[in-house]
Amino acid sequence: MDLSLSDEQKQLQESAERFAREKYTFDNRRKIVATERGWLPENWAQFAELGWLGMAFSEEDGGYGGGPIETMIVMEQFGKGLVLEPFMPTVVLGGGMIARAGSAAQKAALLAPMIEGKKQFAFAWLERQSRYNLADISLKATKEGTGWSLSGHKGVVYNAASADDVIVLARTAGSAREPKGLTLFVVDAKAKGLSRRDYPTQDALRASELTFDKVSVGADAVLGQVDDAFPVVEEAVDRAIVAMCAEATGCMDAINAATLEYIKTRKQFGVAIGKFQVLQHRMVDCFTNAQEARSMTLMASLKIDDKDPTVRAKAASGAKVQIGKSGKFCGQSAVQMHGGMGITDEMSVSHYFKRLTMIDLMFGNQQHHLTRYSNLAMAA
Amino acid sequence: MDLAFTPEEQKFANEVRAFVRANLPADVRDKVKNGKHLIRDDYMRWQQALGKKGWLVYTWPKKHGGPGFTPAQRYIFENICAEEYAPGIIPFGTKMVGPVIYTFGTEAQKENYLPAIRESTVWWCQGYSEPGSGSDLASLRTKAEKDGDHYIVNGSKTWNTMGHWADWIFCLVRTDSKSKPQEGISFLLIDMKTPGITVKPIIMADGGHEVNEVFFDNVKVPVENLVGKENEGWTCAKFLLANERLGIAAVPQSKRGVEALKDIARVEQDNGRPLIENQSFAEKIADLEIQVTALEFTELRVLSQMAQGGQPGAEVSGLKIRGSEIQQRITELTMEAVGEYSAPYLPGLLWQGTNEEPVGPEYAHLAAPRYFNTRKTTIYGGSNEIQKGIISKMVLGL
Repeated sequence: MDLSLSDEQKQLQESAERFAREKYTFDNRRKIVATERGWLPENWAQFAELGWLGMAFSEEDGGYGGGPIETMIVMEQFGKGLVLEPFMPTVVLGGGMIARAGSAAQKAALLAPMIEGKKQFAFAWLERQSRYNLADISLKATKEGTGWSLSGHKGVVYNAASADDVIVLARTAGSAREPKGLTLFVVDAKAKGLSRRDYPTQDALRASELTFDKVSVGADAVLGQVDDAFPVVEEAVDRAIVAMCAEATGCMDAINAATLEYIKTRKQFGVAIGKFQVLQHRMVDCFTNAQEARSMTLMASLKIDDKDPTVRAKAASGAKVQIGKSGKFCGQSAVQMHGGMGITDEMSVSHYFKRLTMIDLMFGNQQHHLTRYSNLAMAA
Repeated sequence: MDLAFTPEEQKFANEVRAFVRANLPADVRDKVKNGKHLIRDDYMRWQQALGKKGWLVYTWPKKHGGPGFTPAQRYIFENICAEEYAPGIIPFGTKMVGPVIYTFGTEAQKENYLPAIRESTVWWCQGYSEPGSGSDLASLRTKAEKDGDHYIVNGSKTWNTMGHWADWIFCLVRTDSKSKPQEGISFLLIDMKTPGITVKPIIMADGGHEVNEVFFDNVKVPVENLVGKENEGWTCAKFLLANERLGIAAVPQSKRGVEALKDIARVEQDNGRPLIENQSFAEKIADLEIQVTALEFTELRVLSQMAQGGQPGAEVSGLKIRGSEIQQRITELTMEAVGEYSAPYLPGLLWQGTNEEPVGPEYAHLAAPRYFNTRKTTIYGGSNEIQKGIISKMVLGL
């Protein structure tokens, strides 16, 4: 057993750390938030150049042969900088599903240009009633000649406005909430009948509501097997969860560092407020929470490639529970220890707090994953 | 002891409900019900209606123009107002400076200021915290120097709530910098139109503007605007804070919040069933409701002591701690109920009341901003760390 980073991984960590530190100062980030896309094409080009877009994919898929640890390293630094480029929807989710389920033709047409920085994706699964059930899908795809016709609604689709293609989870058979009968389709973002309502999110990302009105796609739009997408989606989401946990550990490190600095310098009653034991103990709990979050993220990153889906799912859910708990504790404590300043827009803590809050809600909150973990662990 | 209302109290409850239904403007009620932000005029129309009835200053004794409600009547009044979606009464005049003036002010001050507070024709705001003086309020540095029959005020105040709508501000100022921090403070009333006052917005994490920094640059304030004795303002300050902490528990609002949360959990779906049928989530709501009940009965006990002639003491700090935590828990669970549909940020709908269509249900876009904003409740009015310090010192003698 060896839990240390290789020299190459250390280099990756340094370059990601430098990117976040230099390109994502508080003021720079504010400017990026205000741009039309909400992220910078020049940064995306830099990701491609540095090999980040292909690092987690196998060499036969045109990648550089890394894996979840490389993703963890980069996502953690993205968390520190609150990076806005759509790495998660494009690379982790989109790229991940294409690599896992795509045909050779799809990989050539989609994955290769993605690795070069020339294609972006969005993953449309959530519907109004879905909550955290990945199988609670009612958007319908019906046979139309040799192809398919899609009709229905998808909500809170991150990066839909910038994506070239939207990967859509649709019901092709079966009843509501049945895992069997779901199919993934790759739909051109400009397809006829696909309309969008775009909006920013609480944490300054971009998302959209998508309406599909008889959107026609060919048979070659199917990603993987018809009616059998659920295992692909579940695995992709577990991987996304682990990547998001790494992002959250970066957020926690940053918010804890900012809070520590603040309580060392802010004076009340003639002393730095960090001299008060009640704040010392709370600060210690923040650090302990961040440590646990880091540990669970590492554990999950190491187990996410396991062939046993139960091992994989338990790892992802366990980490997500920890991140939900630790993220909330660190975020709320940072605000409390900053006093009123902690909830002003001008302080970075409020922005980390918002991102940590939204991470808990994405792909299942703490409660959801506690239930999932409990079902998996008690069955064994 | 008897928990049931007497026939007189029941009659009073009917009277309050009829009054609120007849006098609360429908548009204001709808805004409160749908969680929309209110503007100055919304508050004023409701408060002036209450003022005409003599109920706006419902905590005041009769001799100062209040209705002299019994604790039971106060309880009934507050709960029915909340149940009927009346906006919260702005406390700066009614619960803060008003009682300070009738307790420590001169006859002239009472005549000058109290009627406008009772009738809500003047909007007051608070000048307590400073950038360098938050929890340690007594370290404040805004200076007032006597110059003939005026004080000249210089300095700045922060976390000034709704000061951009205010006509008057009550301020703690330093009139003596040589003695102990608490001993050189005075309580001044200042007209916001006085030259030299600048109000600068502070934008909060939810994107909204409700608090300000207020700057004083050689502001001339007549000496007759001093309340109480010079350098003895700390007495007024403490008196006011104890009153503030009582209202801060917000029990009726929290009861309403729990009901609204249940309504959302009945609509939201979870595996094809209403979320409220999810055992884990239902138990979280139940736990919250029990916390609210404990708080409610603690507050009733405090009110009952006060009715027997006591002033609110250190136990009020406990109400503030639990009340603020409960308010936060409500917003946390509401966001949990809404789930991923909390993510869309719609500032136009949230702040300007535009006709923009919500994404998902009407309540969804409010959940996260409320959660972020409500983090303030354990910070303001003396942070909960400070409240715990007060209880450990004053109640437990530690």
